Amino acid sequence: MKYNFNFVNYFKKFNFISLILVLLSLFFVLFKGLNYGIDFKGGTLIEIRIQNNDIRVSDIRDSLNKLNLGDVNVKNFGEKSDYLIKIEQKLNNNDSLISEIKTSLNQDLNEEVNYRRVESVGPKVSSELLKSGIISIGLALLMMLFYIWFRFEWQFSLGSIIALFHDVIITLGIFSILSIEINLSIVAAVLTIVGYSMNDTVVIYDRIRENLSKFNKLEIDQVSNLSVNETLSRTLITSVTTLLALFSIFILGGEILKGFSFAMILGVIIGTYSSIFVASPVLKHLRVSSKTLEKKEDKIVP
Amino acid sequence: MLNFTKIKIIIIYLILFLLTSFASLNLFYDENSIFKKKVNLGLDLQGGSYLLLEIDTKPLIKERLQDKVIEIKKFLKKNNFKYNSFLINENSISFKIDNDNNKKFQNLFFSTKDNTINQYIDQYRTHQFDLEIKNDNYLIKFSKYGLLTLNNSAVNQSIEIVRRRIDDLGTKEPTIIQRGEKRIVVELPGLKDPSRIKDLLGKTAQLNFRLITDKKDDFGSEKMISENGEEVIVNKKIIMSGENLIDAQPRVDNQSSNPMVAFTLDRYGAQKFGKVTTNNIGKRLAIVLDNKIISAPVIRESITGGSGTISGNFSFQEVTDLALLLRSGALPTPINIVEERTVGPDLGRDSIISGAISLIIGFALVVLYMFYKYRIFGLIANISLVSNLLMLVGVLTILEATLTLPGIAGIILTVGMAVDANVLIFERIKEELRTEKSIIHAFDMGYSRAKITVLDANITTLLATVILFIFGTGPVKGFAVTLGIGIITTLFSAYFIARHLTSSFVLRNRENIKL
Repeated sequence: MKYNFNFVNYFKKFNFISLILVLLSLFFVLFKGLNYGIDFKGGTLIEIRIQNNDIRVSDIRDSLNKLNLGDVNVKNFGEKSDYLIKIEQKLNNNDSLISEIKTSLNQDLNEEVNYRRVESVGPKVSSELLKSGIISIGLALLMMLFYIWFRFEWQFSLGSIIALFHDVIITLGIFSILSIEINLSIVAAVLTIVGYSMNDTVVIYDRIRENLSKFNKLEIDQVSNLSVNETLSRTLITSVTTLLALFSIFILGGEILKGFSFAMILGVIIGTYSSIFVASPVLKHLRVSSKTLEKKEDKIVP
Repeated sequence: MLNFTKIKIIIIYLILFLLTSFASLNLFYDENSIFKKKVNLGLDLQGGSYLLLEIDTKPLIKERLQDKVIEIKKFLKKNNFKYNSFLINENSISFKIDNDNNKKFQNLFFSTKDNTINQYIDQYRTHQFDLEIKNDNYLIKFSKYGLLTLNNSAVNQSIEIVRRRIDDLGTKEPTIIQRGEKRIVVELPGLKDPSRIKDLLGKTAQLNFRLITDKKDDFGSEKMISENGEEVIVNKKIIMSGENLIDAQPRVDNQSSNPMVAFTLDRYGAQKFGKVTTNNIGKRLAIVLDNKIISAPVIRESITGGSGTISGNFSFQEVTDLALLLRSGALPTPINIVEERTVGPDLGRDSIISGAISLIIGFALVVLYMFYKYRIFGLIANISLVSNLLMLVGVLTILEATLTLPGIAGIILTVGMAVDANVLIFERIKEELRTEKSIIHAFDMGYSRAKITVLDANITTLLATVILFIFGTGPVKGFAVTLGIGIITTLFSAYFIARHLTSSFVLRNRENIKL
């Protein structure tokens, strides 16, 4: 299919919407904050399965409250018989905490408790994990910046990074609004989003570069519009296949991969949007024209 | 771009064949086969325990400084320094010297030849200790590299002891490796509940034999509580320590049927123990484990045979653990468990099932969509997608990589993104077909023009994956590995396998081609 939308008319409107979304997301991330999981905040997480349906969340909570653990969070997790217990980190050294919890639950519930998953992260490790998570996202952005700079021009590199920040900030904003837990796999998802969004942007930039030298009479706006249209069917088809795979994980992949695949789905949608409506129009603001490319050719062929 | 030489075709399909064979090894895995390779399942899929241990070097630093005291005092006396206010602090030794102009002490302290007081570490070209002088106050503490050497040897020893303790419990295929400066990763596949191992690792198990006595001597004495609650005065002199033990086994006392630990001493230990027991018949011996008296028996006769027993108020489980701890030896310094992740076997099984189902469904959806979009060329893209998956599993098998749940997610994501390369190419060819009359030429141009875009697009994702691999831990690393290898096999299958299939099809049906 050959597309011929006039995106230029929408660029301004969508840029405005994007700006508002980014500001809103920043507001939420800064003031409401992110819901860090035990990976980044420290604490203990226990997933249990009890076959008896008479057991209620409050029974489990009561049993745990006896132990004076402070902030205890108990909720149903996926299936009816599964529960997730989260305990915030209080003491530095509580090696016997988990066995105390197990003893208490086994006694009070009078029921066979299947401990499906136990995770405990100390405060030192969690702060290190958070640090390395932030460093790795920052470093990934930086490497992309340099790669695009190396392959294109600095304007393109800046444009793509603006689009990436746009994607990451809005994804985090939605996570903040919905209070979705941020754990190690979310960091992996964000990094993959960064890669995917960049992938999308590069395809369009490649075409813009090609068209800029082909039609050197056209304004950058027209070139962007033409390039977005020419690559649109590819952009859509790839988004669809990726989303098909992701929805399959989201629906069928089990509770543990839910957050991860949700983040990825958000990222793919936002990333596709941003490469069309953010990365392309931003080139105009950065004053890209066919002359931008000529300079480089001059450099290579003296 | 559509021409393939014979040799190229052979190489392409040879690679595909080889990697597919490696992938198939997973189906016929056999311990005794020569090709004993398979993809390992991560702890989150097969169930098991992951523990991150951190050694606490503070007590060790203090202990080493304590060991240094006598030496330093001797050194000061020998060189006629008049010192006072001698103190041992948390991580330093301090004293005052009245008759020194700062030069003499410094020169002696930092001599590089035969320096017994402040060892010179060749490897790092620095001394073990640093010296700070303010007026006549002297402060000795470990140098940066002195600490590092101390650290390294403590970690290495700890790994050895941890391994002995875990092996002794009979856990299958444990992995014990150092991470960073002070940490040890322990992975115990199949373990449901690590509490016993945590208990065993939480004890340093430093064993001492000391005498209970009122007599005052140079070594001094301290008040301690015995195993049945009475307060006793224990001499600080260590008669013998756990280092002299060669074996310890749990036993049951024939008469009282109480559980106890029977131990055997090495030759030096046996001699020493014989001498002390002979000279102190009637006195009590304190058996001290990690600064707690676990038993304080009266010495009834001299024990010269080099073996003895420790009995007290123990359960059979306790003597089994105690014997294990004594056999494996003492940790040089306490260990803390800073991270723990345990997955039960049935959650692992559930994860494998849901992972596999979502992989199959996701795969089927993508394949159907591609066929709907591109018909015959969709079929080609799908064949290349299948080869892509086979090659991905093949590479993972060769690397004997560990497959985690996020790793499976990485494979599914690869499926979704892998078709992108083919989509890019096909869309480009479509565009070329609009302006180009020769179909073959259009296909040729499509492949060569899309090449740069495909490369650029995939290298950016690969960069993100490399970062994930470097900074990620555990399962996340598994995700990075599958996604990264997936990108490379994707490029191979799109540009070699799919291109070859496309070219053979196009060259054969020049006239009626629709894309």
